[in-house]
Amino acid sequence: MKSSFFRRCCELIGLLIILSPGFAQGQDVAANTIFAQALAKLNGTSMQERGMAIEQLAAVKEPRALLILQALLDGRLYQLKAENKLVIGEEVDAGYQLSDADTGQTLGLVERDATQKVTMNNSLRVALRKTIGRLELNATDAKVRIHAVHAIAKAIDTEGIALLGERLVIEQDKSVQDEIKLTLGLEQLNSSDKAARLAAIALLKDHASQDVVNRLNELQEKDAAGNFLEADADVRNQAKAALAKINASLQVYAAIETLFFGLSLGAVLVLAAIGLAITFGVMGVINMAHGELMMLGAYTTYVMQQLLPDYLGLSLFLAIPAAFVISALAGIAIERCIIRFLYGRPLETLLATFGVSLFLQQAVRSIFTPLNRSVASPTWMSGTWQINDFLSLTWNRFYILIFCLLVFALLLQILKRTRLGLEVRAVAQNRNMAKAMGIPTARVDAMTFGLGSGIAGVAGVALSQITNVGPNLGQAYIVDSFMVVVFGGVGNLWGTLLAGFSLGIANKLLEPMAGAVLAKIVVLVFIILFIQKRPRGLFPQKGRAAEG
Amino acid sequence: MNEVVLKSGEVDTSHGPILYLEDVSVSFDGFRALNKLSLYIDAGELRCLIGPNGAGKTTLMDVITGKTRPDTGSVYFGQMINLLKMDEPAIAEAGICRKFQKPSVFETLTVYENLELALATNKKVWPTLLAKLNGQQRDCIDRVLETIGLVEHRLHLAGILSHGQKQWLEIGMLLMQEPKVMLVDEPVAGMTHQEVERTAQLLLSLQGERSIIVVEHDMEFVRSIANRVTVLHEGSVLTEGSMDEVQNDPRVIQVYLGD
Amino acid sequence: MLLRFLKQDKAATSLLGCVALVALVVPLCNLLTPAESLLHFSAYSVSIMGKYLTFALLGLSLDLVWGYCGILALGQGAFFALGGYAMGMYLMRQIGNRGVYGNPSLPDFMVFLNWTELPWYWYGLEHFWFAALLVVLVPGLLAFVFGWLAFRSRVTGVYLSIITQALTYALLLAFFRNEMGFGGNNGLTDFKEILGFNIQSEAVRACLLMASGIVLILAFLVSRWVIQSKLGRVVTAIRDQEMRVRFLGYRVEHFKLWVFVFSAMLAGIAGALYVPQVGIINPSEFAPLNSLEIVIWVAIGGRGTLYGGIVGAVLVNYAKTLLTGWMPEIWLFFLGTTFILVTVLLPDGLLGFWGRRLREQKQ
Repeated sequence: MKSSFFRRCCELIGLLIILSPGFAQGQDVAANTIFAQALAKLNGTSMQERGMAIEQLAAVKEPRALLILQALLDGRLYQLKAENKLVIGEEVDAGYQLSDADTGQTLGLVERDATQKVTMNNSLRVALRKTIGRLELNATDAKVRIHAVHAIAKAIDTEGIALLGERLVIEQDKSVQDEIKLTLGLEQLNSSDKAARLAAIALLKDHASQDVVNRLNELQEKDAAGNFLEADADVRNQAKAALAKINASLQVYAAIETLFFGLSLGAVLVLAAIGLAITFGVMGVINMAHGELMMLGAYTTYVMQQLLPDYLGLSLFLAIPAAFVISALAGIAIERCIIRFLYGRPLETLLATFGVSLFLQQAVRSIFTPLNRSVASPTWMSGTWQINDFLSLTWNRFYILIFCLLVFALLLQILKRTRLGLEVRAVAQNRNMAKAMGIPTARVDAMTFGLGSGIAGVAGVALSQITNVGPNLGQAYIVDSFMVVVFGGVGNLWGTLLAGFSLGIANKLLEPMAGAVLAKIVVLVFIILFIQKRPRGLFPQKGRAAEG
Repeated sequence: MNEVVLKSGEVDTSHGPILYLEDVSVSFDGFRALNKLSLYIDAGELRCLIGPNGAGKTTLMDVITGKTRPDTGSVYFGQMINLLKMDEPAIAEAGICRKFQKPSVFETLTVYENLELALATNKKVWPTLLAKLNGQQRDCIDRVLETIGLVEHRLHLAGILSHGQKQWLEIGMLLMQEPKVMLVDEPVAGMTHQEVERTAQLLLSLQGERSIIVVEHDMEFVRSIANRVTVLHEGSVLTEGSMDEVQNDPRVIQVYLGD
Repeated sequence: MLLRFLKQDKAATSLLGCVALVALVVPLCNLLTPAESLLHFSAYSVSIMGKYLTFALLGLSLDLVWGYCGILALGQGAFFALGGYAMGMYLMRQIGNRGVYGNPSLPDFMVFLNWTELPWYWYGLEHFWFAALLVVLVPGLLAFVFGWLAFRSRVTGVYLSIITQALTYALLLAFFRNEMGFGGNNGLTDFKEILGFNIQSEAVRACLLMASGIVLILAFLVSRWVIQSKLGRVVTAIRDQEMRVRFLGYRVEHFKLWVFVFSAMLAGIAGALYVPQVGIINPSEFAPLNSLEIVIWVAIGGRGTLYGGIVGAVLVNYAKTLLTGWMPEIWLFFLGTTFILVTVLLPDGLLGFWGRRLREQKQ
């Protein structure tokens, strides 16, 4: 299981290398010769030669040179004993997974003994780091340049300062500029010149980073004798002011983060509740199996991924329509076989659909076992979006937020602009009148239920990206999504959206104060109390018909 | 103050009217169901309310019985009792009771039990739990059973009664409450000709000791019982007077027949 | 009066007879006959029967609110569990210093959490009478507060069902927390004594079964008396035409509240009888699924009949015992299908269905 995952990753890396521009466009012959020579030197035994080889490689403006140097620094560059050539190896259970250093080709798996690591000494390592930094600093990709600035900052010296200074003049990208300024500013704080230090503080106060906070805090400290480490009071006061400013922005970041997590939780709640809102609002039907329809959607994603193990992203995109169709069909089946016999008896509908939910849960348990299944996320959805040291947003939640808004907008358009939407709204407002006007209410009911259920399936796809897929998936969300619908007001999609987001944010706001469980309880109690005041939710349906 | 009046069970009608509605407005989502309506009902009067659909007849009853709160205006029962400060049970207790447009009887209870529930007595929870009918109360139920002609149905479930019989049963329930004001919404809908006649007699026999407001579309029926008729149109009073006056009023004719 | 009642209502009489028979014969056969005898009931069947009878009481309590008052309460299990916890706390205090840690006043789980003092809400629970009081007062009080809020603002129908479900869900989450001081996830267990008698002994178990039977019969008679009073008719009227009742001058919310609280108290008593017989109470009793199962008991038996809840509780739980023993995975299929079939095909439940069949045959 694990090894196959690694193999897939390596294949992916190999693929990337082959596809990279250097390979695709045929190579400059001269550069090629230098490249080959440098590799040969690297393969030799002399440390001095290795040093020269590094310089040569640095001179070749090619992405694979950087790959090799990086591998060398990370200790992933090996000599393949049998063929006496350089390879890049990735450690796996059975040994090393190799790729040719020269061509980038994948070479397959060898045992550990078949290779020997290309050794380094400390001075080489320092030189290598700088070389990589310099190379990267001139890279076309801004992200790589930022990485380089960080690398240089880690072992800052006069040469590095000079390098960064040069780059700052020609640098176009704002974020790279900021990073360079930050590094230079931190360095300048050590300057013996008071004016330089003050200038540095002025520069740093706009940068929210852990390093800056640490350094500024240091300036306030006293040594063992009780003297300030920073002798100059002006500098100290400036530093204090700068720190206060940074702390203020830190609070803003914390608020943004809470807001983001609240919104993303809200997005999940909205996705879960919105289908429910449709069936409840239009048909007055409480669908207790709604959670299980989400579960079906999540399992659809899982199955899709099993069918297309090599295309994570594609399988996820395919899962969206597939989950919609499967859940919608299940929903229509429920409506046609059960619910239509129970119209006008909402309490019985609630019970019958609860029976369906038990049935579906057990069915899934029997087919997929009761164990939780984890659904992998494509790379672009995993990881975090690091905005600065104090604010990082996880991609999957970010995408779910966007996805939720898309689904919402789409649904709104369906209800507003399509024939089905018109009929649905007509039936919701006055069933008998709609019937009298020739709208096939039975068909509209089935379609509405299908639509609501399909959205549940789509919500399940989203859920599979943030939580494990198991038979109890639906149960975990059903009470919450009911609360959203009730809070928002039945039959009002905007109410559902607002309610979902506000409950999500409220939950996340309360969590640091009260803990996750207590926060949930507080929110539940709040809703119970809220219903007392406004029994029909935030946005009640008004008018004569609603009065009864 | 109100409570004192309530407890004594007396409604101050010294100035004539028993029910005052002044400048009452109700709107639903922009639609004005009642528009600055003013209406006075005298003690012991039988008043008929007519008007086209949507004129606000049912909303008016909702306002008087506390089901709907008006946006503006005042509603007084006698001189002292502000109905806007009371909820439905309190208003019912004070002596205003109502028959719904759709006959609303308790179908899973017998006719006798329906009347028993309506009986004017202490309606708090514990007394209700321990309640036992005394002789006087039984007589009262029997009398009403006779009045509404359902003596032989007394042990039948209300659900099996005919539409007209349900209407009567509901009127009987109103009688059991010993009200001072009866609001009767479409009492003869779905009744045979004989039944309509008997209902007319019943209502006529009741006027005097209590005020009755009847909403009805059946003009013949209205003519047979009314001495005063109020015509509602678009949420306010269009005109008021005897049946003949009203029927010859050009505005009324226009409202009913269009231009 | 009782005799007259016995003559009047054959169905109720025979049902109560059955309950009395079970509550008497099973424990006696268990105690008096030798183990190899055909008439012998094992200790296991005694505790199973006891459990069924407490469930029957729980079903009865739900039938009062749902069958007669039309309130589909999806949180009845919460009142049951609260009653159970009150009894469980008493039983925990009875353990004294015989716990694993040997602490004379603190239950084991508190010692484990490094608590040094008994929380205030555990005070007094070493007395049986106080625990018995709490068994009815705590569920009653919760029902009162919750019901007062809900009925006053006229929350009805599915809304009410959903917030009752939210209520039990919130309690589930709360009781899972160790900080609450109710044993967290594991709940309360390892009971030793009740009223000074060994809770494991066959005689005590037999007595508990009899007590459950007696309480069930009493609860049935009282409920029946309530339902046949004028209050019962008002409540039925509320179920069918709430608005009309209000216009007759009854304060509907007070009546609903009365029935809701009464039913919650019965559920609490059922929980208190349940805990010593199964030997454990934990937060899973608050699970929304449990409350929904109670609803299905009543639906199967037939709501609005009083005995429907009892018959349904016993039938469903007997099926549960059989099926989970035989093929555990089939139980949820069975339960799910039952929910669907009963609501679609048997809206009056089994008793209602049989009753109708009997009447049709007579005609």
